[in-house]
Amino acid sequence: MFAYCADPKSLEGLSWLSCYLTTGTHLSFYASFLTVLVLLAVTAPIALGFGFGGAMAARSGAAPLRWLGKGYMAMVRGVPDIVFFLFFVIALDQGIEWLIHQARCPGWTDPIRNGLEFRVCPQAKMPPNSAPQIVHQIYGFALAVVTFALVFGAFAANVLSGAMKAVPRAQIETAESYGMTPRQVFRRILVPQMWIYALPGLSNLWLVLIKATPLLFLLGVQDIVYWARELGGSKTSTYAYPHPDWRLWYFLGLLVFYLLMTALSERLLARLERRLSRGQATASGEAQRREGGQTA
Amino acid sequence: MTCTETIQAYAFRSLGFGERLLPREGYDLCQQFTLIGSGLIWNVYFAVVTLALGFFLAIGLAMGKDSRHVWIRTPCDWFVFVFRGSPLFIQFFVAYQLLVLLPRDGITVPLGLFDLHIGTDWMTRAWAGAALVLFFNTAAYTAEIFLGALRSIPKGDLEAADAYGINGWSRFRRIRFPTMMRLAWPAYTNEAIFLFHATTLVFFSGFPAFQQRGDALYYASYFAGRTFNPFVPYPIVAFYFICLTLLLTWVFGRIGRRLNRHLPSNERARRKPRFLPQIIR
Repeated sequence: MFAYCADPKSLEGLSWLSCYLTTGTHLSFYASFLTVLVLLAVTAPIALGFGFGGAMAARSGAAPLRWLGKGYMAMVRGVPDIVFFLFFVIALDQGIEWLIHQARCPGWTDPIRNGLEFRVCPQAKMPPNSAPQIVHQIYGFALAVVTFALVFGAFAANVLSGAMKAVPRAQIETAESYGMTPRQVFRRILVPQMWIYALPGLSNLWLVLIKATPLLFLLGVQDIVYWARELGGSKTSTYAYPHPDWRLWYFLGLLVFYLLMTALSERLLARLERRLSRGQATASGEAQRREGGQTA
Repeated sequence: MTCTETIQAYAFRSLGFGERLLPREGYDLCQQFTLIGSGLIWNVYFAVVTLALGFFLAIGLAMGKDSRHVWIRTPCDWFVFVFRGSPLFIQFFVAYQLLVLLPRDGITVPLGLFDLHIGTDWMTRAWAGAALVLFFNTAAYTAEIFLGALRSIPKGDLEAADAYGINGWSRFRRIRFPTMMRLAWPAYTNEAIFLFHATTLVFFSGFPAFQQRGDALYYASYFAGRTFNPFVPYPIVAFYFICLTLLLTWVFGRIGRRLNRHLPSNERARRKPRFLPQIIR
């Protein structure tokens, strides 16, 4: 990175550290923090979408749809989520390959599940064997995102369905008495009002999602845990920057990163809750109204 | 190998009894059920030990967080913040690296007449090291639950205690503690389930599975890796966990009912523990 880094063996002290911390692998390490943030930014809305769909399905009039929604919500209860993480990634991977296999190789006669092997025709490999490394990485990341979104979507469905039930019955009845159709009631009354009831649960879920991101490591993505282990391991003098086992310091760095993320999120969520309570028929909304009334 | 032989060979494999080598062929349902069930012993061990110990530390932490003295409150606040604010996964890694740093051949404490020798290598084993992390972790989460309960004890109860001249230790033992338990119980039930699920992380993070003696998920992922078929071992883990979670909810429900037995029945029904609104840490 810097010009004086050309010969690392001759460096000492701070200049050694500055060179050490800007090596190519360290830059990948810093980039993997971005991976975590991207995962959070992409997964949260998708999970919320899954959750919304699940909650809507669970209160649907059509029985099969309702069972689907309730089954989805019940899916993650009682089973450790890490089991789902490990399960879904392989299941999705095999499922996608199986589907492509059915579409592209209709004449294929060999059994796919032959004893202990899972074998699809070469055209159905995802991503194709000839694809560059980056495509494999992106594919792995996308599988991870879908897995996270599926699991957290089920939790979000729980929260949202609770929130939909928490909207005061009187509000719905008033809307009905004005002649709104069920669809209008849902869109104009229920959905705008449910967020304040959903927020505590969703905030909790967000904090949990942040704390679940190191599991990316288990899904085979080169995330911060992967790099911390790689970089922290002791390096012999064959490396440009030999050092003893520093994994403790790298992991402590990750710990601080997560603590900062949690602390920051808690602060932002508290502010959001204050904002959303404004004008709501809840205790804190009422408290805000009174406060405002006194100062005005 | 018949199923009975498999059970004899592998039922206590996770504890080091029976067959040393993991199965290399067959991978039938019987093998999978037996080995995964054998690994489940570890999950139950971690859950029971850390819940039992964490309960007491949590009470201490909750009282500490509620303390008027800054120098008691601040350390308790930080302890809870660190363990609740960071992923359990990372905590395992950090703890393992810290425990490895302990001197290999133990610490010798000179006590004047004789030297006390404390070995340290057992601390890097999962049964002690991971249990320690889980113990701190659950204590921090539980402390927050207990603190919430402590602060929502009805004011009238405490005033009544004052009026009767009950104070100090007696007030804690007879008024605050029972009410705190009663209020916190549903949330504590969730925490217990949650912790039980978190025990699956032990062998997937820093702590190596010594001689392949792992927990339920460890063996499940062994089978999934061998057979390239996730659709058998993981549902088996799920099945075991659902059964044990139901058992746990039942036991905690019984205790909760006993805690609330003096209340009129309509108040009791209000705070029913939910069967797992819980998640990861």
